[in-house]
Amino acid sequence: MIQVRALSKLYGKKSVVEDVTVDIQPRKITSFIGPNGAGKSTLLSMVSRLLDSDTGEVLIDKADVKKMKSNDFAKKVSILKQSNYMNVRLTIRELVSFGRFPYSKGRLTEEDVRIVDQSLEYMHLTDMQDSFLDELSGGQRQRAFIAMVIAQDTEYILLDEPLNNLDMKHSVQIMKILRRLVDELGKTVVIVLHDINFASVYSDRIVAMKDGKVVKDGPTEEIIESAALKEIYDMDIPIQKMDGCRICVYFSS
Amino acid sequence: MRNSIKLLVFALIAAAVCAIYLFHELNGSFGYALPKRTIKVLAMILTGVTIAYATVVFQTITHNKILTPSIMGLDSLYLLLQTLIIFFLGSGHIIIVNKQVNFLLSVVVMIVFALFLYKFLFKKGNQPIYFLLLVGIIVGTFFSSISTFFQVLIDPNEFQIVQDRMFASFNNINSDLVWLAIGIVALVMIYAWRFLKYLDVLSLGRDTAINLGVPYDSIVKKMLIVVAVFISISTALVGPITFFGLIVANLSYQFFKTYKHNILITGAILMSIIALVGGQWVVERVFTFSTTLSVIINFIGGVYFIYLLLKERKAA
Repeated sequence: MIQVRALSKLYGKKSVVEDVTVDIQPRKITSFIGPNGAGKSTLLSMVSRLLDSDTGEVLIDKADVKKMKSNDFAKKVSILKQSNYMNVRLTIRELVSFGRFPYSKGRLTEEDVRIVDQSLEYMHLTDMQDSFLDELSGGQRQRAFIAMVIAQDTEYILLDEPLNNLDMKHSVQIMKILRRLVDELGKTVVIVLHDINFASVYSDRIVAMKDGKVVKDGPTEEIIESAALKEIYDMDIPIQKMDGCRICVYFSS
Repeated sequence: MRNSIKLLVFALIAAAVCAIYLFHELNGSFGYALPKRTIKVLAMILTGVTIAYATVVFQTITHNKILTPSIMGLDSLYLLLQTLIIFFLGSGHIIIVNKQVNFLLSVVVMIVFALFLYKFLFKKGNQPIYFLLLVGIIVGTFFSSISTFFQVLIDPNEFQIVQDRMFASFNNINSDLVWLAIGIVALVMIYAWRFLKYLDVLSLGRDTAINLGVPYDSIVKKMLIVVAVFISISTALVGPITFFGLIVANLSYQFFKTYKHNILITGAILMSIIALVGGQWVVERVFTFSTTLSVIINFIGGVYFIYLLLKERKAA
């Protein structure tokens, strides 16, 4: 379990994340939603130690993140940010092989090769594993990065807006894969989403943030609900039930 | 061609160039000319190794392929130091005449400056690396301006001595210093060996590197210190020549097209040995010392730099 305890982050005098305490349940998809600038990405960056927190602590399986060795942490938690700019030219397979770095430090063992093969297979990338990343479409690139994270084989997978710039088809594809990671491989997925309907359809739990604070935290059904959404987004959002999914019709409200 | 074969070819060319430099028109002068030439070749190899290594590492850390470590202002500091000593103490002073003293003083001043700069910048948590570069540019410009100021005031005869220091030269190299420098560089290389594997991951960017378990800030700091030590040693030994690193590093990227730093660095090192030893041979035999190697290198380097800028502009 990931436990966030009284975590805060200040930029100058402005606090972007303020006294956040939240528990991430294992073997579930937890989505972070909320308006722009609510501090979702900042919180995720602090949990994954890309960013130092100013106060508070993050515990992963009861161990303090700041006291963990970088390499041990990388075997437990992986993070994928929204933009992955690189100035080297890599093939998909080379990128995915980097996922094994925490284990083998660049010298792949037979087991590493096997896991890389599996990860490529899992993301349906085996046929194009030798293509270069800069020749791929946004969706394929995103899948390649997720394959790297799968190869990293961590219990916790954090994703910061993985659906950014993706069309509907690829977004659905990626959300289904994340669902499978939880249901089939028993991973814990934490994801920052902007589209609340994706959050509603695919996640087990939702944490809503606003102005650096957690305003709602609970199972999906409790959050995707007009009164709760009003509090989060200051909008009247009607909810329609379709085939067991709760869909927010926010376009004309 | 596989990269290992390419490396082998480059290694053979490098060995051949060194052999030609050592034995061409030796006329049996094994006792006098050969040891002198050997020291020169060693100095050139050392310079090639340090500049190539430092530039590739620096470019990986900064994620920028058209930067050289000279942006940190170490070259300008070296020139300022030499100018100030000659201005205040005169060119006959022991610090200028005695090469060992001058070498040690220059190295110490440059490394202390680099450490001071890093300490100042890293004190307040994790400043982005571009902040360091910006401060380096400003401080470097400041140093060169003061140097120019004193060079204008200086006695013209003394200025000749300063001018000698402004360009890298392999013509008067003290053999004791070469051995000392090789010793220091070897020790630093052994120290930095275990960080080399992280460089491949660093080129994926900060976030991905941290995700993959690289202790990013500590590695970057240590590698920057290694870069500063290498640049200081080569500058103090032969003079400012960091621009040269830009050429060999980029040639290495173009030839090997890989992310693996052991290949990139080895390739860049071999290319710089070929360029330095071969270039020096041309300077000595073709131009009969009418120009210096660093003038040629700066000319070719400048042309190549413009080509890189145009190419990058097209790609963007």
